[in-house]
Amino acid sequence: MSEPAQKPAYELLGLKKKEYDGICDAMGREPNYVELAVFSLMWSEHCGYKHSRPLLKHLPTEGERILQGPGENAGVIDIGEGRAIAMKIESHNHPSAIEPFQGAATGIGGIVRDIFAMGARPIANLDPLHFGSLDKARQRFLLEGVVEGIAAYGNCMGIPTIGGEIHFEDPYEGNCLVNVMCVGMVENDKILRARAEGPGNLVVLFGSTTGRDGIGGASILASAEFDESAEEKRPTVQVGDPFTEKKLLEASLEMRDKGLLVALQDLGAAGISSSSSEMASKGGVGIDIDISRVPLREQGMEPFEIMISESQERMLAVVTPENEQAVLDTCAKWDLDATVVGKVTDTRRLRVFDGDELIGDMPVTALVDEAPTYVVDTVRPAHEVDEPLAGDHYPEPKDYSEVLTALLASPNICSKRWVYEQYDHMVQTNNALWPGGAAAVLRIKGSDTGIAVTTDGNGRHCYLDPRRGARAVVAEAARNISCVGAEPVAITNCLNFGNPEKGEIYHQFREAVEGMGEACEALGTPVTGGNVSFYNESFGQAIYPNPVVGMMGIVDDVRLIQDHSFKDEGDVILLLGGARPAVDGSEYQLVVHGEVAGRIPDVDLEMEKQLQKLVRAGILEGKIKSAHDVSSGGIACCVAEAAIAGGAGADIELETDGLRPDLLLFGEAPGLIVVTVAGADADAFIAAAGDVPAQRIGRVAGGALRFRADGEELASMPVADAAGAWGSALEKILEH
Amino acid sequence: MAASSQTSVETVRFGVVVFPGSNCDADSYDMVNTFPGAGARYLWHKDTVIEDVDCVFLPGGFSYGDYLRCGAIARFSPIMAAVRDFAAAGGLVIGICNGFQILLEAGLLPGAMHQNEGLKFICKLVSLRVENAGTPFTSAYEKHQVVKIPVAHHEGNYFIDDEGMAALEANGQILFRYCDDDGEVTAAANPNGSLGSIAGICNAEGNVFGMMPHPERVSDAIVGGTDGRAFFQSIIDSVLEGRE
Repeated sequence: MSEPAQKPAYELLGLKKKEYDGICDAMGREPNYVELAVFSLMWSEHCGYKHSRPLLKHLPTEGERILQGPGENAGVIDIGEGRAIAMKIESHNHPSAIEPFQGAATGIGGIVRDIFAMGARPIANLDPLHFGSLDKARQRFLLEGVVEGIAAYGNCMGIPTIGGEIHFEDPYEGNCLVNVMCVGMVENDKILRARAEGPGNLVVLFGSTTGRDGIGGASILASAEFDESAEEKRPTVQVGDPFTEKKLLEASLEMRDKGLLVALQDLGAAGISSSSSEMASKGGVGIDIDISRVPLREQGMEPFEIMISESQERMLAVVTPENEQAVLDTCAKWDLDATVVGKVTDTRRLRVFDGDELIGDMPVTALVDEAPTYVVDTVRPAHEVDEPLAGDHYPEPKDYSEVLTALLASPNICSKRWVYEQYDHMVQTNNALWPGGAAAVLRIKGSDTGIAVTTDGNGRHCYLDPRRGARAVVAEAARNISCVGAEPVAITNCLNFGNPEKGEIYHQFREAVEGMGEACEALGTPVTGGNVSFYNESFGQAIYPNPVVGMMGIVDDVRLIQDHSFKDEGDVILLLGGARPAVDGSEYQLVVHGEVAGRIPDVDLEMEKQLQKLVRAGILEGKIKSAHDVSSGGIACCVAEAAIAGGAGADIELETDGLRPDLLLFGEAPGLIVVTVAGADADAFIAAAGDVPAQRIGRVAGGALRFRADGEELASMPVADAAGAWGSALEKILEH
Repeated sequence: MAASSQTSVETVRFGVVVFPGSNCDADSYDMVNTFPGAGARYLWHKDTVIEDVDCVFLPGGFSYGDYLRCGAIARFSPIMAAVRDFAAAGGLVIGICNGFQILLEAGLLPGAMHQNEGLKFICKLVSLRVENAGTPFTSAYEKHQVVKIPVAHHEGNYFIDDEGMAALEANGQILFRYCDDDGEVTAAANPNGSLGSIAGICNAEGNVFGMMPHPERVSDAIVGGTDGRAFFQSIIDSVLEGRE
């Protein structure tokens, strides 16, 4: 990090003049370079949440099952019988856009450490990914690199990658999104936290050595837009070592089992600086760090570099002096370096020593809790409109079968088998549902309980209406959980947006956060933590606003779950829910009419609750034999996917009720679920649906898909043809 | 990692070796312990003695990260000398996935592994045909039975020279081949390019066995199948027979 004379040091480190003045105020003097470097990271957008904190505090975070909400390494949710699930989602967008393999790999490494820092054993990863259109070679390179990076790290760790989503659209071309979610299991009495306690206790750094990789990752890379200097930022991307992380995991959990740890924290963004100051902040104590004791992997590192290095696969533990030897021995057993690098004090200051020399002395509260916050005047972008498009805005397609085939082969709808077969999705042998369905389901060994997990986002919908879009994303995640029979209980969120200093982006962020809060409140799924990723822009062009939700649900008896595949000839196909499909923001609009415009329908959250309750009850009572949420590609693709999964045809007869048939078949609206029931159960099921609209729309029949509306045939094709279009589209694009 | 389970003398004792980077060790341990007549305990890679074990189990995973050729470092682990002695004394040794790769590197089984033909990691359920049901590892299957067991590997493309292949064939050492759902051994049903569609082999003496697919992953209908159980049942039956 050179310091040309023309720019002050704070500016080169990504700080504004006013922020520098604030640091001087907090310090009571001008900071030296070590202190300035530490502050520049802690007060970066990435670590300091400067544009998001004022809004995030309005999100609902409490619930009966929530053992740990936001503020720790991960949220923790009680699943009964003395067990809990730790979960968190995070972004690694900018590193992956520059160096896809290592960017994605270290994204996995980081989120996995967050989970075992809570004392939980990671049991699943889910990775929502967004790229530009695959007709561009760079985008194919990014996809392949990211998938290989996730596979290399997750597979080596022995953590199954069981879900996520993949979306391709132009706004992500210059700034892909690589979000990573990890889910872990922990017994309630073994949960660890990152709260440093007990002045005199020791601070132990264990895992990899510290090098110059990832210097400034959180500030220079994560907290700024991309421009022509993006390539130069490659050295800020870290390099992953999953083998060391696997040993780190086992050593950490062994120390947990032996009760050796007062507190545990992973080293992520801002390295030792953030991990030590955050641990001190949580415990209301101070920490002294001696950088001369930190094992280094290269010569001649400056003290500030040691403090902010983002070298991967490192953990920081607070241990009592009595347990020091046992901690060092456990690390030695796993062939890991472990060094006492500091101690807990009662000073409430982060003091940095180089041997005996004090080279930095900062108030912990200022570092962790007093980064300035910004509220920006909002501007509603011109593309957000009040009225949806007219029903005849686009010409009606002539060949509905052709449209259905095109939608099934769209990379956003087609099978993602090419991706998930590269992930070890079976290790740990807990999968009660394999990838490809609405939500993944894991059994909890030694119990009847299962958990369902999903990630959902819809940037295009949020672009057209960020509030409605975010409400719908939460509702869709819950719908996916309910469609396997599990009850949604909590979310973690990854909020991907552009540059929040711009009024239009801040507007999108505020609307989306408020919308997400409304839906979480209504559906009873509090937010347990997550991550905000701003500055997702390249050359001034922002991504779609994309709040991604990772949701978990619980099913008491995992053997009762259902998938989305059609089962038996003659089963009755029902459409549940009263939402009216619309062209606005649909995959149909983009694929067939080449536009993204209009206003998406709003989700009726009260109806949504009833709808999901009905479906869960139907599944658990054994009445519903398949359930599938209507999303991208509308009712037609929903039915086609269920037919393909079951290898069975479907005869569909819809009533248009004034809606043009193409919108009815291919339009999208939140709040619709297609289910099947045995013929003998259909009438009783409909009668018992209460306020939830339930209409019979067809039967599982033969080997073909047939769609009619008001008696007129619109589309028909053999299921094998639909399966061919849907199943091989991604391979065809990627393998030319 | 759970403590070693207490096993009575009557049970069939599996020793699951934990290398740094093993990640199917717990699945293997759990699978064995679903059999009333069997018990698993862990063996540490730094152990130099193997005692009170009927079958040594090298599990899947990424021993030492497998940044070099898979299994190339693990074969130098202290325990491998003991495994070699155990096998030489006629003890049963099985290697699944990474365990198979380690047995190849250690020379306890013939042949070698290339990267998968598609150069990608591949994880999916595949069909296997039982080629020889007259071994301690396959006796609970029928000859030519088609079973579904998942693979999950990047280097499972088995290779051996012509002479070696002829010996494998002649001695009935090929126990499983990849096949289609009807039991036909076809190129399309070969997930990784393995020579002869080989999925699992044993040594000439018939007491050391390796396979790329993961029988420990199909232990229960709730996780997608039970076709792996007969593999473990075969071993249990064989050990009990040997004691009679």
